[in-house]
Amino acid sequence: MKKVKALILRAAGINCDYETQAAFEVCSAVAERVHVNSLIENKNKIFEYDILAFPGGFSYGDDIASGKVLANEIKNKLGDKIKKFSLSGKPVIGICNGFQVLVKMGLLPDPKLFEQISTISYNDSDKFECRWVYLKTEKKAKNESNCIWTKNLPDVITLPVAHGEGKFIPVNFKLLEELNKNNQIVFRYSTKNGTIPEYPLAPNNSVEQIAGICNTKGNVFGLMPHPERYIFALQHPARESFDGEYGWGKIIFQNVVDFVK
Amino acid sequence: MKNKISCTNCKTIEILNLSDKELVNFSDKNVLSLSIDEMKSIQFYFKKLKRNPTDVEIETIAQTWSEHCKHKTLTGIIEYTEEKHFKKTKKIYNNLLKETVFKATMELNKKWCLSVFKDNAGIIEFDAKNGVAFKVETHNHPSALEPYGGSATGIGGVIRDILGVGLGAKPLANTDVFCFGNLDTKNFQVPEGMHHPKRIAKGVVAGVRDYGNRMGIPTVNGAVYFDDGYMANPLVYCGTMGIIPKNKIDKKVNSGDLILVVGGKTGRDGIHGATFSSIQLDQESDISAVQIGNPIVEKKVLDTMLKARDLNLYRSVTDCGAGGLSSAIGELGEKTGVIVYLDKVPLKYEGLAPWEIWISEAQERMVLAVPQKNKKRIVELFNKENVEAVFIGEFTKDKKLMLKYNNYVVANMDMSFLHYGIPKPKKFAVCKVKEEKIQKFIKMTSTDLSKIFKSALSDLNVCSKECIIRQYDHEVQGQTIVKPLQGADIEVSGPGDAAVIFPYIAISGTKKGIVLSNGLNPSYGKINTYKMAASAIEESLRNAVAVGADLEKMSLLDNFCWGNPNNPETLGSLVRAAIACYDMSKAFDVPFISGKDSLHNEYSIGGKKYSIPPVLLISAMGVIENVANTVTMSLKNDGNKIFVLGVTRNEIAGSVFAKIKNIKDGIVPTVYPKESKEIMKRIYKAISNGLIECCHDCSEGGLAVAISEMAFAGDKGVEVDIDAIKTKGKLGVTEILFSESNGRFIVEVIPENESKFIEIFKGCVFAEVGCVREDKYVIFESLKNKIKIKEKSRNLLKVWQNAINL
Repeated sequence: MKKVKALILRAAGINCDYETQAAFEVCSAVAERVHVNSLIENKNKIFEYDILAFPGGFSYGDDIASGKVLANEIKNKLGDKIKKFSLSGKPVIGICNGFQVLVKMGLLPDPKLFEQISTISYNDSDKFECRWVYLKTEKKAKNESNCIWTKNLPDVITLPVAHGEGKFIPVNFKLLEELNKNNQIVFRYSTKNGTIPEYPLAPNNSVEQIAGICNTKGNVFGLMPHPERYIFALQHPARESFDGEYGWGKIIFQNVVDFVK
Repeated sequence: MKNKISCTNCKTIEILNLSDKELVNFSDKNVLSLSIDEMKSIQFYFKKLKRNPTDVEIETIAQTWSEHCKHKTLTGIIEYTEEKHFKKTKKIYNNLLKETVFKATMELNKKWCLSVFKDNAGIIEFDAKNGVAFKVETHNHPSALEPYGGSATGIGGVIRDILGVGLGAKPLANTDVFCFGNLDTKNFQVPEGMHHPKRIAKGVVAGVRDYGNRMGIPTVNGAVYFDDGYMANPLVYCGTMGIIPKNKIDKKVNSGDLILVVGGKTGRDGIHGATFSSIQLDQESDISAVQIGNPIVEKKVLDTMLKARDLNLYRSVTDCGAGGLSSAIGELGEKTGVIVYLDKVPLKYEGLAPWEIWISEAQERMVLAVPQKNKKRIVELFNKENVEAVFIGEFTKDKKLMLKYNNYVVANMDMSFLHYGIPKPKKFAVCKVKEEKIQKFIKMTSTDLSKIFKSALSDLNVCSKECIIRQYDHEVQGQTIVKPLQGADIEVSGPGDAAVIFPYIAISGTKKGIVLSNGLNPSYGKINTYKMAASAIEESLRNAVAVGADLEKMSLLDNFCWGNPNNPETLGSLVRAAIACYDMSKAFDVPFISGKDSLHNEYSIGGKKYSIPPVLLISAMGVIENVANTVTMSLKNDGNKIFVLGVTRNEIAGSVFAKIKNIKDGIVPTVYPKESKEIMKRIYKAISNGLIECCHDCSEGGLAVAISEMAFAGDKGVEVDIDAIKTKGKLGVTEILFSESNGRFIVEVIPENESKFIEIFKGCVFAEVGCVREDKYVIFESLKNKIKIKEKSRNLLKVWQNAINL
């Protein structure tokens, strides 16, 4: 059988690269941590991989704004390659700082446009928040989302968040409407029952509780919560699991590994 | 001119002809913190050399001989007099640490202790191929002056200790413990020139948050303690645990190896950090002694250095901490000698004098000993990820410290003088052991008990520290499987006893885990430092055992924070604590593997000196055989039985209850190691056999607090029969509920497992005291005394959760 290859992009200040790599490996993919400098040296290397992951962290210290410096570096030095990779339909994920990078270089919500039309800003609490949240999935919406990453999930799942800047804000209402219409809003913060939450279950007061979005095609996915931190039941604060062994994060990574296969 | 000592930027210091008094003045004026005996030894050494020292040389000696680097009080001579029942006993310690803490470790002689008391951290065995290293440091003085920068560089520094142990360990978790003044202090009560405790607390937490989170190391365990005594001199302890392959523990330096400095550039920040930590704080304290941190630079060093380690590109490494390059290179080159070209050190900006370059404590720097053949490869490796790496000298074989600046010799001393020339100080210590009197029973009505119970839950030293914990990324790396806050689901929480890291990524295929916990009881220390130390040791072990640790695989770190050791009574109380360390380490059969002391924690206001209440922080680390056999503290299922293990005694002194009721008398909780050890061993057995659903240690606040924490964390109710709790002699309800006796645990057991559970604990003191209730009420009842406390579990959670907001 074909070995699925994932590229985990590293840079100064990225710090969730090992667990993201491990998450893919648990789903029997081959995952390699590659530094952005070495990718810039050898730009076509990116096409040797099936999946591209931007892990969490504090790229370049989140100086200026979260993810901004790395977003600019990638866009300026690797922009056409990243765009080509995304438009080819191969899976791309940005987690936490990685999501901030995708949004700030404009790969989300529309990789064809490839311009920044939304932002992720400071939490309303004005604090870094490390806690577990409920996420309502878009599965049961009128038209099921195209997102290849989030198939096979129930209505409400739990994942941990850990960020100081997680408030997603689209440039205008029109964009928000489009995101809604196209089922691009994949995850929203919610209560246990799927209703609209208050702080702290709404950790950042994101517009329409948005926690994660994808492009219309469903292959490029960004989210603030950390699926790579809930691969096993042991990682859950009450050790919950849907099958006695794994956590919801495992399904997310398994989805794309199976998709590529 | 070449080898003559002189240079435009380097001054010769006239000391050969100074009188004793002038020598002392010279030390004071230049923040050297050197005593008259030490100044005279220096004078004598340079008289032999027939020349005056340079400023570089004087500064080098002052850093190397500082209390911070040399621990000269605890390793010096102490004449200790103890007075008990009007009888005086005298004892001379030639090296207090070696004769107490370290002695216990030597006598216990555990095979799994891989490196103790010699490197930057202690290392114990994790599995056949790996060890785990742990170190806790203090950063008190800097945090008093500049809370954010002080604590950030505190955590940055201890992370480098872990990077600099052996050939470098990979950090897996951070811990932090703080002591602050009370948050509700009125502005006019704050000493002039000092920050308000709230500002200090906010700044310190933000510093640890920003540095720790950016490093990608989860902050998983800690404590915060509030007392007026820490208002002007807060305590900031930062710890890091890391994993290291066994074959990377040994390091050595060969003559001819090159000196490579990696990471941050050198600036004028942190000048005199090492020596300034031995001086009392006052409003004139110099803020330039505080370093400036940049976590991303350190993260890059971490990413690249471990790569270089695995490629065997260097032979030895240490971090630049207190004393900067002076300490790091002086230490590495002690056996060989060194030559360093100070003009090659990368600088943040121009204008530094050679002595400033040499002793600056600028952050994020590591010093490596690199064999000549790897010269090119190692620099390439660092540069690939934009890490600065510059060769600044070489290890020689003449056993001299030779420093050059622009081709001028600015220092030329014998390593032997630098490391062994310090005269051994002799200090006097006195301790009058106070007699503790049993507190008479305090009768209270159900209503009053209820009120006190809620005050205890919301006491600053008991209440939830969630507002701090959630600011730390305690889950990064995805390996924190017993978390600082625990609960039945994500909307309720209670205080976890210890953290467990499951390094499944670092060590592929492992089932093992690493447990981290701590013990800290400054309020006991105000009355009895022996009991404070003993209780802290037991508490740290209890915490670890409560999550499923094996007492036989535990190790300890000591961190003494005390006042001025030149005061015999202050030093006497420290000696008592050190004796307790020896006694308890032996009694529990648990070795110390590393430690640190921070003395001179005092400050002066209007000429009057105040000393902090002494603190011994005990941090415990152990290896857990199978992480699947760990438990949390939240109640699990309705109808399950609640047991209290251990004896409740009338030990109210120093308790939270005593603080609330302003009670001065009473007995401070004593440690009964034989009793506790037996219970701890059997808990491990019961947890390993799956007989315990949840387990919580009983400490600050006593039984009522501990049991309700378990209830609200589990979103459950609980019913407790106070009369069923096992006591020593007859006790009143108040004492049973609020006494802080050591050695106690509360556990939840499924009815079907009850008989097996009881079988395991045969011979120990324990009792079934109640059960988990589905109606979510927490009830404590004594029919004998007609007392009943009944509160909603969720209400108690709110009382506990909402006491502080930072």
